[in-house]
Amino acid sequence: MTRIGILAIQGDIEAHAAASERVGGCTVRVLREKDLDGIDALILPGGESTTIAKGLARLGLYEPLRQFAATGRPLLGTCAGAILLSREVENHPVETLGLLDAVAARNAYGTQVDSFAALSDAGSEAPFRDLRCTFIRAPQLRDLGPDVQVLARVEGRPVLVRQRRVLAATFHPELGEGPSPVHRLLLALADEAAGPA
Amino acid sequence: MSDGSSGQARTTAEAFEIKVGLAEMLKGGVIMDVTTPEQAKIAEDAGAAAVMALERVPADIRRDGGVARMSAVSVIEAIQKTVSIPVMAKVRIGHVVEARLLEALGVDFIDESEVLTPADDENHVWKHDFRSPFVCGARNLGEALRRIAEGAAMIRTKGEAGSGNIVEAVRHLRSVCGEMRAVQAMREEELMAKAKELQAPIELVRHVHEHGKLPVPNFAAGGVATPADAALCRELGAEAVFVGSGIFKSDDPENRARAIVRANTHWDDPAEILAASRGLARPMEGIEMGTLEERDKLANRGW
Repeated sequence: MTRIGILAIQGDIEAHAAASERVGGCTVRVLREKDLDGIDALILPGGESTTIAKGLARLGLYEPLRQFAATGRPLLGTCAGAILLSREVENHPVETLGLLDAVAARNAYGTQVDSFAALSDAGSEAPFRDLRCTFIRAPQLRDLGPDVQVLARVEGRPVLVRQRRVLAATFHPELGEGPSPVHRLLLALADEAAGPA
Repeated sequence: MSDGSSGQARTTAEAFEIKVGLAEMLKGGVIMDVTTPEQAKIAEDAGAAAVMALERVPADIRRDGGVARMSAVSVIEAIQKTVSIPVMAKVRIGHVVEARLLEALGVDFIDESEVLTPADDENHVWKHDFRSPFVCGARNLGEALRRIAEGAAMIRTKGEAGSGNIVEAVRHLRSVCGEMRAVQAMREEELMAKAKELQAPIELVRHVHEHGKLPVPNFAAGGVATPADAALCRELGAEAVFVGSGIFKSDDPENRARAIVRANTHWDDPAEILAASRGLARPMEGIEMGTLEERDKLANRGW
Protein backbone atom coordinates (compact mmCIF):
# COMPACT_ATOMS: atom_id res chain seq x y z
CA MET A 1 0.00 0.00 0.00
CA THR A 2 1.26 3.48 -0.84
CA ARG A 3 2.54 5.22 2.29
CA ILE A 4 1.79 8.92 2.41
CA GLY A 5 3.62 11.07 4.94
CA ILE A 6 1.91 14.19 6.27
CA LEU A 7 3.99 16.96 7.76
CA ALA A 8 2.51 17.21 11.26
CA ILE A 9 3.77 20.53 12.65
CA GLN A 10 0.40 22.32 12.43
CA GLY A 11 -2.68 22.47 10.23
CA ASP A 12 -5.39 20.23 8.79
CA ILE A 13 -3.32 17.05 9.10
CA GLU A 14 -6.35 14.92 9.93
CA ALA A 15 -8.31 16.09 6.86
CA HIS A 16 -5.34 15.13 4.63
CA ALA A 17 -5.07 11.74 6.32
CA ALA A 18 -8.77 11.07 5.70
CA ALA A 19 -8.51 12.26 2.06
CA SER A 20 -5.45 10.06 1.45
CA GLU A 21 -7.13 7.03 2.98
CA ARG A 22 -10.27 7.61 0.87
CA VAL A 23 -8.21 7.10 -2.31
CA GLY A 24 -6.49 4.00 -0.94
CA GLY A 25 -3.29 5.27 0.70
CA CYS A 26 -2.11 4.71 4.24
CA THR A 27 -0.70 7.61 6.20
CA VAL A 28 2.10 8.42 8.65
CA ARG A 29 2.83 11.67 10.51
CA VAL A 30 6.16 13.32 9.72
CA LEU A 31 7.99 15.40 12.34
CA ARG A 32 11.58 14.11 12.01
CA GLU A 33 14.05 13.42 9.24
CA LYS A 34 13.83 9.69 9.99
CA ASP A 35 10.04 9.78 9.42
CA LEU A 36 10.82 10.39 5.72
CA ASP A 37 12.34 6.92 5.40
CA GLY A 38 9.94 4.50 3.81
CA ILE A 39 7.27 6.95 2.73
CA ASP A 40 6.28 7.16 -0.93
CA ALA A 41 4.89 10.70 -0.98
CA LEU A 42 4.71 13.72 1.31
CA ILE A 43 1.89 16.19 1.96
CA LEU A 44 2.45 19.70 3.32
CA PRO A 45 -1.00 20.49 4.74
CA GLY A 46 -3.02 23.68 4.99
CA GLY A 47 -2.49 25.75 8.12
CA GLU A 48 -0.49 28.84 8.93
CA SER A 49 2.64 29.10 6.79
CA THR A 50 4.54 31.17 9.41
CA THR A 51 3.81 28.56 12.11
CA ILE A 52 4.81 25.64 9.89
CA ALA A 53 7.93 27.46 8.58
CA LYS A 54 9.12 28.12 12.14
CA GLY A 55 8.58 24.46 12.98
CA LEU A 56 10.54 23.36 9.89
CA ALA A 57 13.44 25.60 10.94
CA ARG A 58 13.42 24.42 14.56
CA LEU A 59 13.31 20.76 13.50
CA GLY A 60 16.00 21.28 10.83
CA LEU A 61 13.73 19.84 8.14
CA TYR A 62 14.30 22.21 5.18
CA GLU A 63 17.29 20.34 3.77
CA PRO A 64 15.90 16.82 4.41
CA LEU A 65 12.68 17.80 2.60
CA ARG A 66 14.67 19.09 -0.39
CA GLN A 67 16.62 15.82 -0.41
CA PHE A 68 13.35 13.90 -0.24
CA ALA A 69 12.14 15.74 -3.35
CA ALA A 70 15.47 15.07 -5.08
CA THR A 71 14.85 11.31 -4.81
CA GLY A 72 11.91 11.84 -7.18
CA ARG A 73 9.21 11.03 -4.67
CA PRO A 74 6.16 13.30 -5.05
CA LEU A 75 5.02 16.15 -2.81
CA LEU A 76 1.66 17.87 -2.51
CA GLY A 77 1.26 21.24 -0.80
CA THR A 78 -2.15 22.80 -0.20
CA CYS A 79 -2.61 26.48 0.68
CA ALA A 80 0.11 27.05 3.34
CA GLY A 81 1.83 23.96 1.90
CA ALA A 82 1.82 25.52 -1.58
CA ILE A 83 3.41 28.67 -0.15
CA LEU A 84 6.18 26.58 1.45
CA LEU A 85 6.88 24.76 -1.85
CA SER A 86 7.26 28.00 -3.85
CA ARG A 87 10.55 29.67 -4.78
CA GLU A 88 9.66 32.87 -2.91
CA VAL A 89 6.88 34.75 -1.16
CA GLU A 90 6.17 38.29 -2.31
CA ASN A 91 4.54 39.55 0.91
CA HIS A 92 5.07 38.60 4.60
CA PRO A 93 8.00 36.41 3.55
CA VAL A 94 8.64 33.01 5.11
CA GLU A 95 11.54 30.67 4.29
CA THR A 96 10.42 28.35 1.49
CA LEU A 97 11.63 25.04 0.07
CA GLY A 98 12.04 26.35 -3.48
CA LEU A 99 10.69 23.15 -5.05
CA LEU A 100 8.11 24.92 -7.23
CA ASP A 101 9.13 27.60 -9.72
CA ALA A 102 6.47 30.13 -8.72
CA VAL A 103 6.04 33.17 -6.50
CA ALA A 104 3.39 32.93 -3.77
CA ALA A 105 1.26 35.90 -2.69
CA ARG A 106 -0.13 35.24 0.79
CA ASN A 107 -3.75 36.06 1.74
CA ALA A 108 -4.18 37.22 -1.84
CA TYR A 109 -7.99 37.34 -1.72
CA GLY A 110 -8.23 39.14 1.65
CA THR A 111 -9.22 38.03 5.14
CA GLN A 112 -11.58 35.23 6.17
CA VAL A 113 -14.70 37.23 5.20
CA ASP A 114 -13.37 37.03 1.61
CA SER A 115 -12.89 33.24 1.72
CA PHE A 116 -15.06 31.44 -0.86
CA ALA A 117 -15.85 28.28 -2.80
CA ALA A 118 -16.00 28.10 -6.60
CA LEU A 119 -16.00 25.58 -9.44
CA SER A 120 -12.79 25.28 -11.43
CA ASP A 121 -12.86 26.64 -14.98
CA ALA A 122 -14.14 24.43 -17.80
CA GLY A 123 -10.77 24.73 -19.53
CA SER A 124 -8.95 22.91 -16.68
CA GLU A 125 -7.32 19.48 -17.22
CA ALA A 126 -9.76 16.54 -17.31
CA PRO A 127 -10.19 15.27 -13.72
CA PHE A 128 -9.90 18.81 -12.34
CA ARG A 129 -12.65 20.38 -14.46
CA ASP A 130 -15.73 21.70 -12.63
CA LEU A 131 -14.06 20.72 -9.38
CA ARG A 132 -15.48 22.43 -6.31
CA CYS A 133 -12.59 24.36 -4.74
CA THR A 134 -12.64 25.88 -1.25
CA PHE A 135 -10.36 28.87 -0.70
CA ILE A 136 -9.57 29.80 2.92
CA ARG A 137 -7.51 33.01 3.26
CA ALA A 138 -5.92 31.59 0.15
CA PRO A 139 -2.67 32.51 -1.59
CA GLN A 140 -2.16 32.97 -5.33
CA LEU A 141 0.70 31.57 -7.41
CA ARG A 142 2.32 33.99 -9.86
CA ASP A 143 5.28 34.16 -12.27
CA LEU A 144 5.12 30.45 -13.04
CA GLY A 145 8.34 29.06 -14.53
CA PRO A 146 8.45 27.21 -17.88
CA ASP A 147 8.38 23.76 -16.22
CA VAL A 148 5.22 24.49 -14.27
CA GLN A 149 2.06 23.08 -15.78
CA VAL A 150 -1.35 24.51 -14.80
CA LEU A 151 -3.83 21.69 -14.09
CA ALA A 152 -6.74 23.83 -12.92
CA ARG A 153 -7.79 27.46 -12.87
CA VAL A 154 -10.53 29.43 -11.12
CA GLU A 155 -11.55 32.70 -12.76
CA GLY A 156 -8.51 32.35 -14.99
CA ARG A 157 -5.99 32.14 -12.13
CA PRO A 158 -3.91 28.99 -11.58
CA VAL A 159 -5.12 27.10 -8.49
CA LEU A 160 -3.57 23.66 -9.10
CA VAL A 161 -0.12 23.34 -10.66
CA ARG A 162 2.43 20.63 -11.25
CA GLN A 163 6.17 20.69 -11.75
CA ARG A 164 7.26 17.11 -12.46
CA ARG A 165 6.26 15.35 -9.22
CA VAL A 166 5.56 18.45 -7.16
CA LEU A 167 1.87 19.40 -6.87
CA ALA A 168 0.58 22.62 -5.36
CA ALA A 169 -3.03 23.67 -4.76
CA THR A 170 -4.06 27.09 -3.46
CA PHE A 171 -7.41 25.56 -2.41
CA HIS A 172 -8.21 22.61 -0.11
CA PRO A 173 -8.91 19.37 -2.00
CA GLU A 174 -8.65 17.57 1.37
CA LEU A 175 -11.85 19.18 2.70
CA GLY A 176 -15.16 17.62 1.72
CA GLU A 177 -16.44 14.07 1.74
CA GLY A 178 -15.77 12.65 -1.71
CA PRO A 179 -12.57 11.10 -3.15
CA SER A 180 -10.18 13.89 -4.12
CA PRO A 181 -8.71 13.70 -7.67
CA VAL A 182 -5.70 15.66 -6.40
CA HIS A 183 -4.86 12.98 -3.82
CA ARG A 184 -5.50 10.34 -6.47
CA LEU A 185 -2.90 12.01 -8.70
CA LEU A 186 -0.44 12.12 -5.78
CA LEU A 187 -0.85 8.36 -5.32
CA ALA A 188 -0.38 7.76 -9.06
CA LEU A 189 2.83 9.83 -9.01
CA ALA A 190 4.06 7.88 -5.98
CA ASP A 191 3.48 4.59 -7.81
CA GLU A 192 5.22 5.97 -10.91
CA ALA A 193 8.22 7.09 -8.77
CA ALA A 194 8.42 3.65 -7.13
CA GLY A 195 8.76 2.13 -10.62
CA PRO A 196 7.27 -1.14 -11.92
CA ALA A 197 6.18 -3.40 -9.06
CA MET B 1 -12.87 44.21 2.62
CA SER B 2 -16.13 42.81 3.90
CA ASP B 3 -18.34 44.12 1.09
CA GLY B 4 -18.33 40.67 -0.44
CA SER B 5 -16.79 41.97 -3.66
CA SER B 6 -14.52 38.97 -4.12
CA GLY B 7 -16.96 36.42 -2.75
CA GLN B 8 -20.02 35.01 -4.45
CA ALA B 9 -23.34 34.65 -2.65
CA ARG B 10 -23.09 31.68 -0.32
CA THR B 11 -25.73 29.19 0.67
CA THR B 12 -25.94 28.59 4.42
CA ALA B 13 -24.35 25.13 4.12
CA GLU B 14 -21.55 26.41 1.90
CA ALA B 15 -20.95 29.38 4.18
CA PHE B 16 -20.72 27.07 7.18
CA GLU B 17 -18.21 24.84 5.38
CA ILE B 18 -15.99 27.84 4.60
CA LYS B 19 -16.15 29.00 8.22
CA VAL B 20 -15.32 25.55 9.59
CA GLY B 21 -12.52 25.43 6.99
CA LEU B 22 -10.57 28.13 8.79
CA ALA B 23 -11.08 26.35 12.11
CA GLU B 24 -9.62 23.21 10.46
CA MET B 25 -6.55 25.20 9.40
CA LEU B 26 -5.96 26.33 13.00
CA LYS B 27 -5.79 22.76 14.32
CA GLY B 28 -2.55 21.87 16.05
CA GLY B 29 -1.93 25.57 16.66
CA VAL B 30 -1.71 27.96 19.57
CA ILE B 31 -3.94 31.05 19.60
CA MET B 32 -2.53 33.78 21.81
CA ASP B 33 -4.22 36.75 23.52
CA VAL B 34 -2.46 40.03 22.68
CA THR B 35 -3.22 43.64 23.62
CA THR B 36 -0.72 45.57 21.46
CA PRO B 37 0.88 45.25 18.00
CA GLU B 38 4.22 44.55 19.77
CA GLN B 39 2.71 41.57 21.59
CA ALA B 40 1.10 40.40 18.35
CA LYS B 41 4.52 40.40 16.68
CA ILE B 42 6.01 38.41 19.58
CA ALA B 43 3.19 35.88 19.24
CA GLU B 44 3.63 35.55 15.46
CA ASP B 45 7.41 35.23 15.79
CA ALA B 46 6.93 32.49 18.38
CA GLY B 47 4.82 30.49 15.92
CA ALA B 48 1.26 31.30 17.04
CA ALA B 49 -1.34 30.13 14.50
CA ALA B 50 -3.55 33.16 15.30
CA VAL B 51 -3.85 36.02 17.76
CA MET B 52 -6.81 37.24 19.80
CA ALA B 53 -6.86 41.05 19.87
CA LEU B 54 -7.94 42.36 23.29
CA GLU B 55 -7.79 45.55 25.34
CA ARG B 56 -6.99 43.66 28.55
CA VAL B 57 -6.07 40.02 29.08
CA PRO B 58 -8.57 38.06 31.20
CA ALA B 59 -6.41 38.23 34.36
CA ASP B 60 -6.59 42.05 34.23
CA ILE B 61 -10.32 42.04 33.46
CA ARG B 62 -10.79 39.86 36.56
CA ARG B 63 -8.60 42.15 38.69
CA ASP B 64 -10.03 45.48 37.48
CA GLY B 65 -13.70 44.50 37.43
CA GLY B 66 -16.24 46.77 35.72
CA VAL B 67 -17.86 46.09 32.36
CA ALA B 68 -15.60 44.41 29.81
CA ARG B 69 -16.57 45.22 26.21
CA MET B 70 -15.33 44.63 22.66
CA SER B 71 -11.81 46.05 22.17
CA ALA B 72 -11.26 49.52 20.76
CA VAL B 73 -11.37 49.46 16.96
CA SER B 74 -7.95 51.15 16.80
CA VAL B 75 -6.34 48.31 18.82
CA ILE B 76 -7.76 45.65 16.52
CA GLU B 77 -6.80 47.56 13.35
CA ALA B 78 -3.24 48.12 14.56
CA ILE B 79 -2.87 44.40 15.27
CA GLN B 80 -4.38 43.47 11.88
CA LYS B 81 -1.78 45.69 10.19
CA THR B 82 1.08 44.10 12.13
CA VAL B 83 0.63 40.36 11.56
CA SER B 84 -0.10 38.06 8.62
CA ILE B 85 -1.68 35.29 10.74
CA PRO B 86 -5.45 35.32 11.43
CA VAL B 87 -6.70 37.95 13.89
CA MET B 88 -9.56 37.07 16.21
CA ALA B 89 -11.46 39.40 18.53
CA LYS B 90 -14.09 39.05 21.24
CA VAL B 91 -17.68 40.29 21.46
CA ARG B 92 -19.99 40.25 24.46
CA ILE B 93 -22.42 37.31 24.53
CA GLY B 94 -25.51 38.29 22.54
CA HIS B 95 -24.10 41.60 21.28
CA VAL B 96 -25.03 41.32 17.61
CA VAL B 97 -23.88 44.87 16.81
CA GLU B 98 -20.39 44.40 18.24
CA ALA B 99 -20.24 41.26 16.09
CA ARG B 100 -21.24 43.24 12.98
CA LEU B 101 -18.49 45.76 13.73
CA LEU B 102 -15.88 43.02 13.87
CA GLU B 103 -17.19 41.54 10.64
CA ALA B 104 -17.00 44.96 8.96
CA LEU B 105 -13.41 45.21 10.22
CA GLY B 106 -12.63 41.94 8.42
CA VAL B 107 -11.68 40.12 11.62
CA ASP B 108 -10.93 36.46 10.78
CA PHE B 109 -12.75 34.84 13.73
CA ILE B 110 -15.19 36.28 16.30
CA ASP B 111 -15.13 34.91 19.85
CA GLU B 112 -18.53 35.35 21.50
CA SER B 113 -16.92 35.22 24.89
CA GLU B 114 -17.84 34.83 28.53
CA VAL B 115 -14.64 36.75 29.35
CA LEU B 116 -16.52 39.95 28.42
CA THR B 117 -19.60 41.11 30.33
CA PRO B 118 -22.67 39.56 28.66
CA ALA B 119 -24.95 41.92 26.72
CA ASP B 120 -27.90 39.49 26.74
CA ASP B 121 -28.54 37.12 29.60
CA GLU B 122 -30.78 34.78 27.61
CA ASN B 123 -29.75 34.74 23.95
CA HIS B 124 -26.53 34.28 22.07
CA VAL B 125 -25.88 35.81 18.64
CA TRP B 126 -27.52 33.99 15.68
CA LYS B 127 -24.18 33.27 14.05
CA HIS B 128 -25.47 31.82 10.75
CA ASP B 129 -26.21 35.39 9.61
CA PHE B 130 -22.51 36.28 9.45
CA ARG B 131 -19.74 35.74 6.90
CA SER B 132 -17.23 35.75 9.75
CA PRO B 133 -16.86 32.48 11.64
CA PHE B 134 -17.53 32.37 15.38
CA VAL B 135 -15.96 30.44 18.23
CA CYS B 136 -17.93 29.94 21.46
CA GLY B 137 -17.10 28.50 24.86
CA ALA B 138 -18.74 25.40 26.31
CA ARG B 139 -18.59 23.50 29.60
CA ASN B 140 -20.40 20.39 28.38
CA LEU B 141 -21.75 18.70 25.27
CA GLY B 142 -25.24 20.25 25.44
CA GLU B 143 -23.82 23.77 25.57
CA ALA B 144 -21.41 22.97 22.69
CA LEU B 145 -24.23 21.64 20.49
CA ARG B 146 -26.50 24.63 21.23
CA ARG B 147 -23.72 26.99 20.12
CA ILE B 148 -23.11 24.92 16.96
CA ALA B 149 -26.85 25.01 16.20
CA GLU B 150 -26.63 28.83 16.39
CA GLY B 151 -23.79 28.72 13.83
CA ALA B 152 -20.54 28.47 15.82
CA ALA B 153 -17.76 27.10 13.58
CA MET B 154 -15.46 26.21 16.46
CA ILE B 155 -15.99 25.21 20.09
CA ARG B 156 -13.52 25.81 22.88
CA THR B 157 -13.75 24.89 26.52
CA LYS B 158 -14.50 27.84 28.78
CA GLY B 159 -12.07 26.74 31.43
CA GLU B 160 -11.65 29.60 33.90
CA ALA B 161 -10.09 32.48 31.97
CA GLY B 162 -7.46 34.56 33.71
CA SER B 163 -7.03 32.04 36.53
CA GLY B 164 -3.77 30.42 35.42
CA ASN B 165 -5.41 27.23 36.70
CA ILE B 166 -6.02 24.40 34.22
CA VAL B 167 -8.50 22.46 36.38
CA GLU B 168 -11.66 23.94 34.84
CA ALA B 169 -10.49 23.42 31.24
CA VAL B 170 -9.74 19.80 32.16
CA ARG B 171 -13.20 19.44 33.70
CA HIS B 172 -14.86 20.86 30.57
CA LEU B 173 -12.78 18.76 28.15
CA ARG B 174 -13.51 15.59 30.12
CA SER B 175 -17.19 16.49 30.19
CA VAL B 176 -17.50 17.25 26.43
CA CYS B 177 -15.34 14.31 25.29
CA GLY B 178 -16.80 11.87 27.85
CA GLU B 179 -20.37 12.73 26.89
CA MET B 180 -19.47 12.26 23.21
CA ARG B 181 -18.14 8.77 23.94
CA ALA B 182 -21.37 7.98 25.78
CA VAL B 183 -23.54 9.25 22.90
CA GLN B 184 -21.49 7.26 20.41
CA ALA B 185 -22.13 4.06 22.37
CA MET B 186 -25.90 4.59 22.59
CA ARG B 187 -28.56 2.74 20.67
CA GLU B 188 -30.38 4.77 18.03
CA GLU B 189 -33.71 4.81 19.85
CA GLU B 190 -32.02 6.36 22.90
CA LEU B 191 -30.83 9.47 21.04
CA MET B 192 -34.06 11.48 21.32
CA ALA B 193 -34.15 11.14 25.10
CA LYS B 194 -30.48 12.10 25.17
CA ALA B 195 -31.18 15.18 23.01
CA LYS B 196 -33.90 16.14 25.47
CA GLU B 197 -31.51 15.72 28.39
CA LEU B 198 -28.72 17.68 26.66
CA GLN B 199 -31.18 20.37 25.48
CA ALA B 200 -29.62 20.10 22.04
CA PRO B 201 -30.98 19.47 18.51
CA ILE B 202 -31.42 15.79 17.63
CA GLU B 203 -29.58 16.22 14.27
CA LEU B 204 -26.42 17.27 16.10
CA VAL B 205 -26.77 14.51 18.70
CA ARG B 206 -27.09 12.08 15.78
CA HIS B 207 -23.91 13.52 14.22
CA VAL B 208 -22.00 12.87 17.46
CA HIS B 209 -23.47 9.35 17.62
CA GLU B 210 -22.28 8.57 14.08
CA HIS B 211 -18.88 10.29 14.12
CA GLY B 212 -17.88 10.31 17.79
CA LYS B 213 -16.98 13.99 17.53
CA LEU B 214 -18.40 17.46 17.09
CA PRO B 215 -19.16 18.67 13.54
CA VAL B 216 -16.69 21.53 14.18
CA PRO B 217 -13.17 21.60 15.68
CA ASN B 218 -12.95 21.30 19.46
CA PHE B 219 -10.26 23.48 21.09
CA ALA B 220 -9.24 24.18 24.69
CA ALA B 221 -9.07 27.51 26.51
CA GLY B 222 -9.07 28.94 30.00
CA GLY B 223 -6.18 28.61 32.44
CA VAL B 224 -3.31 27.40 30.21
CA ALA B 225 -0.07 28.70 31.79
CA THR B 226 2.68 26.17 30.97
CA PRO B 227 3.84 24.00 28.04
CA ALA B 228 2.65 20.98 30.03
CA ASP B 229 -0.82 22.54 30.45
CA ALA B 230 -1.09 22.91 26.66
CA ALA B 231 0.01 19.31 26.12
CA LEU B 232 -2.47 18.10 28.76
CA CYS B 233 -5.32 19.72 26.82
CA ARG B 234 -4.21 17.91 23.65
CA GLU B 235 -3.90 14.64 25.59
CA LEU B 236 -7.54 14.98 26.67
CA GLY B 237 -8.78 15.51 23.10
CA ALA B 238 -8.46 19.23 22.37
CA GLU B 239 -7.37 19.85 18.76
CA ALA B 240 -5.64 23.19 19.49
CA VAL B 241 -5.11 25.52 22.43
CA PHE B 242 -5.91 29.14 23.28
CA VAL B 243 -3.56 30.86 25.72
CA GLY B 244 -4.95 34.01 27.31
CA SER B 245 -3.13 35.59 30.21
CA GLY B 246 -0.60 32.74 30.44
CA ILE B 247 1.96 34.26 28.08
CA PHE B 248 1.99 38.02 28.65
CA LYS B 249 1.38 37.71 32.41
CA SER B 250 4.50 35.53 32.76
CA ASP B 251 8.02 36.86 33.35
CA ASP B 252 9.39 35.95 29.90
CA PRO B 253 6.65 36.04 27.23
CA GLU B 254 8.92 35.37 24.20
CA ASN B 255 10.36 32.13 25.52
CA ARG B 256 7.12 30.96 27.10
CA ALA B 257 5.22 31.55 23.86
CA ARG B 258 7.79 29.54 21.89
CA ALA B 259 7.79 26.78 24.50
CA ILE B 260 4.00 26.44 24.46
CA VAL B 261 4.01 26.25 20.63
CA ARG B 262 6.66 23.54 20.76
CA ALA B 263 4.86 21.51 23.44
CA ASN B 264 1.65 21.79 21.45
CA THR B 265 3.23 20.35 18.27
CA HIS B 266 4.86 17.51 20.24
CA TRP B 267 2.13 17.05 22.87
CA ASP B 268 2.63 13.27 23.02
CA ASP B 269 6.45 13.39 23.26
CA PRO B 270 7.64 13.93 26.88
CA ALA B 271 11.25 14.57 25.78
CA GLU B 272 10.13 17.50 23.63
CA ILE B 273 7.89 18.94 26.36
CA LEU B 274 10.79 18.63 28.79
CA ALA B 275 13.08 20.47 26.39
CA ALA B 276 10.42 23.14 25.88
CA SER B 277 9.95 23.57 29.65
CA ARG B 278 13.63 23.89 30.53
CA GLY B 279 14.94 27.28 31.64
CA LEU B 280 11.64 29.15 31.58
CA ALA B 281 11.14 32.15 33.89
CA ARG B 282 8.23 32.22 36.35
CA PRO B 283 4.74 31.51 34.99
CA MET B 284 1.79 33.77 35.78
CA GLU B 285 0.39 33.69 39.32
CA GLY B 286 -2.54 31.29 39.57
CA ILE B 287 -5.81 31.29 41.48
CA GLU B 288 -7.00 28.27 43.47
CA MET B 289 -10.61 27.57 42.41
CA GLY B 290 -11.78 27.15 46.02
CA THR B 291 -10.96 30.81 46.70
CA LEU B 292 -13.19 32.03 43.83
CA GLU B 293 -16.80 32.88 44.62
CA GLU B 294 -19.29 31.19 42.29
CA ARG B 295 -20.45 34.64 41.05
CA ASP B 296 -16.85 35.51 40.07
CA LYS B 297 -16.47 32.48 37.80
CA LEU B 298 -16.53 33.65 34.19
CA ALA B 299 -17.49 30.16 33.00
CA ASN B 300 -20.97 30.58 34.48
CA ARG B 301 -21.76 33.23 31.85
CA GLY B 302 -23.57 31.92 28.75
CA TRP B 303 -26.41 29.42 28.63
